[in-house]
Amino acid sequence: MPPAPIFATLDPDRAFLERAPLLVRDFVTGLFPPSLQWLAGNLLAVVVIVLFFASLFALLTLAERKILGRIQNRPGPNRTGPAGLLQPLADAVKTLVKEDIVPRAADQVLHFLAPVVLVSLALMAFAVLPYGRHLVPVELDAAVLYFFAAGAATELAVFMAGWASRNKYSLLAAMRALAQLISYELPLLLSVVPVVMLAGTLSTTGIVAAQAGWTYGVIPHWHVLTPWGAAGFLLFFVSALAESNRSPFDLPEAESELIAGHLTEYSGFKYALFFMAEYFGMTALCGMGVTLFLGGWQAPCAFLEFIPSYAWFFAKLLLLLGVFMWIRGTLPRLRIDQLTRFAWKFLVPLALINLGTAAFWQLSAGWSGPALQLARWLVALALVAGPFTLLGRRLSAGVAPRTYRYAA
Amino acid sequence: MILLLALLILVPAAAAMLRRNLVHSALLLVLSWAGLAAFYLWSGAEFVAFAQVLVYVGAVSMVVLFAVLLTRQNPDRAAPPDAAARLRAGAAVLTAAAVGAVIGHAILATPLPAAAGAPPVLTVRQLGLELMGRHAGSLLVIGALLTVALLGAVVLAAAEPGEKPGGKP
Amino acid sequence: MSPLHLCLLLSTGLFCIGLAGALSRSNAILVLLGIELMLNAANLNFIAFWRYGPAPSAGAGVVFVIFTIAVAAAEAAVGLALVIALHRHRRNLRLPEATRLKG
Repeated sequence: MPPAPIFATLDPDRAFLERAPLLVRDFVTGLFPPSLQWLAGNLLAVVVIVLFFASLFALLTLAERKILGRIQNRPGPNRTGPAGLLQPLADAVKTLVKEDIVPRAADQVLHFLAPVVLVSLALMAFAVLPYGRHLVPVELDAAVLYFFAAGAATELAVFMAGWASRNKYSLLAAMRALAQLISYELPLLLSVVPVVMLAGTLSTTGIVAAQAGWTYGVIPHWHVLTPWGAAGFLLFFVSALAESNRSPFDLPEAESELIAGHLTEYSGFKYALFFMAEYFGMTALCGMGVTLFLGGWQAPCAFLEFIPSYAWFFAKLLLLLGVFMWIRGTLPRLRIDQLTRFAWKFLVPLALINLGTAAFWQLSAGWSGPALQLARWLVALALVAGPFTLLGRRLSAGVAPRTYRYAA
Repeated sequence: MILLLALLILVPAAAAMLRRNLVHSALLLVLSWAGLAAFYLWSGAEFVAFAQVLVYVGAVSMVVLFAVLLTRQNPDRAAPPDAAARLRAGAAVLTAAAVGAVIGHAILATPLPAAAGAPPVLTVRQLGLELMGRHAGSLLVIGALLTVALLGAVVLAAAEPGEKPGGKP
Repeated sequence: MSPLHLCLLLSTGLFCIGLAGALSRSNAILVLLGIELMLNAANLNFIAFWRYGPAPSAGAGVVFVIFTIAVAAAEAAVGLALVIALHRHRRNLRLPEATRLKG
């Protein structure tokens, strides 16, 4: 029998805060007749997800502008409301009352459908993320597959937007965006495969459960803290940046070189919908990253378990989103050829090698004793670090390190 | 329910085959494929449904659309259907109708088991074990096939050496 | 009429649409798409028999469909590469005019 943890004063499974969302849900569904309770429960989940992530989107736009402002040594929006807090509201009003222009030559139906399809598909991805111990909107046996299927279908909406605009710049930019999305889909999926392999399940709940527990009560068993997990997380993170069209991979709508990519002919609320879908996609991918590599809703230390699990999930989610914004403020944009070369010559081989590392980790799971454990860590680290440095050297040969003559 | 799914699958498919605009055809077919995924989901084959979406809606549709755009011709050059084409279309529809009638008659004449009870339960784990166990050989063959197809597609589509990409032959 | 009958009729309809499309259209891409539809009809049958058929085995139908999807994806990739090669040689995609094997 394991020694009783010192700090655990209450069973986290039964804690009031942990169960609070469930109690609220049961109260609301209790208002409906029994035959409709099933429907009411699901509808409630949908409404809560849409409302919550829509408001998170509003806050994220504000936070992004503030953070970028600070990074670039300017105050950011600070006129609307106290400290600019009402800026998202003002933006919403602006986009709602703006004229919605549809080019005469455009394919009217597809031009209208593209943003709708994009936002609904982006929202669908939220259905399978485990937000907390008891908070999974839909329990699916193949949840990870569902998530990436929904993500893959968004590419179609990008194409529809570019093609329906009947504008050659839109079309070219859409093709570029598609080339990028397809290229980075591969490392994204390949970096997820080791997690699925080691957890032995495609269900998000199962993957979170596989990361439960702590060593000595302080070191969590998250995947990111293993050699293959760290490499996988980095690959996943970079691919997620590219999949959600974020800087430094924001070529599809690079404001300064292509007018606005496939969004050129969109205005008013439809443009806002595209913007929203981008943030939804980013949030969903971050949520998936948290679930797959950062332990989901698990607390980092045993004695911090009294904080409810959903708070941990959203803390990690916000942390990842913050890193996304930080990167946007820091790194310059890639060129399209650098972008595709980076995906195919660097990320994909590394992801494949990482698969081998994970297989080794799985096979050596039975090794016990400090010497063998050390050997296991060393071999795995070498498998991760060796190809990384070699490939990095080869790829940047003749290009890096660059010296900037006028840089201070 | 199944009639609704049938509508969702058949109507876009038929419309896709009738449209003159290739991009519309492709997008309608994507709708039909999504309907098929819904059918799989309804039958309880969750994994296949998501695989269908991932492969068809996500990948095959993209390949088709890229091919359509890369081989685009002037819309005004597309000749209206001539007599030969109309004859061919008529013959094709007749053939298909005949085939359909024969198969449909055969289906209706066959006594099939009435409605089964609950759908067979198949977890992803069972499926994986089956793939890796009984069908491991086939899985290897499929892997080899996909690799060969990938290489073949690249070789076929790559510009020949000496030819300028996009240049007139 | 049992649900299995309905599923089989649905798949027959899909197959016939694919067949008519593949036979009647002269554009290479549409012919390929018609063939894809016929493959999909076959998949539909596998799933229908797996779901309603006599004594369904644990996963035979599903495994079959997964293999078919993989083969169909490979077929689409190679077929469309052929379409692009055809377009490069002849500047159009009209199959009745593509009668020569040598480019």
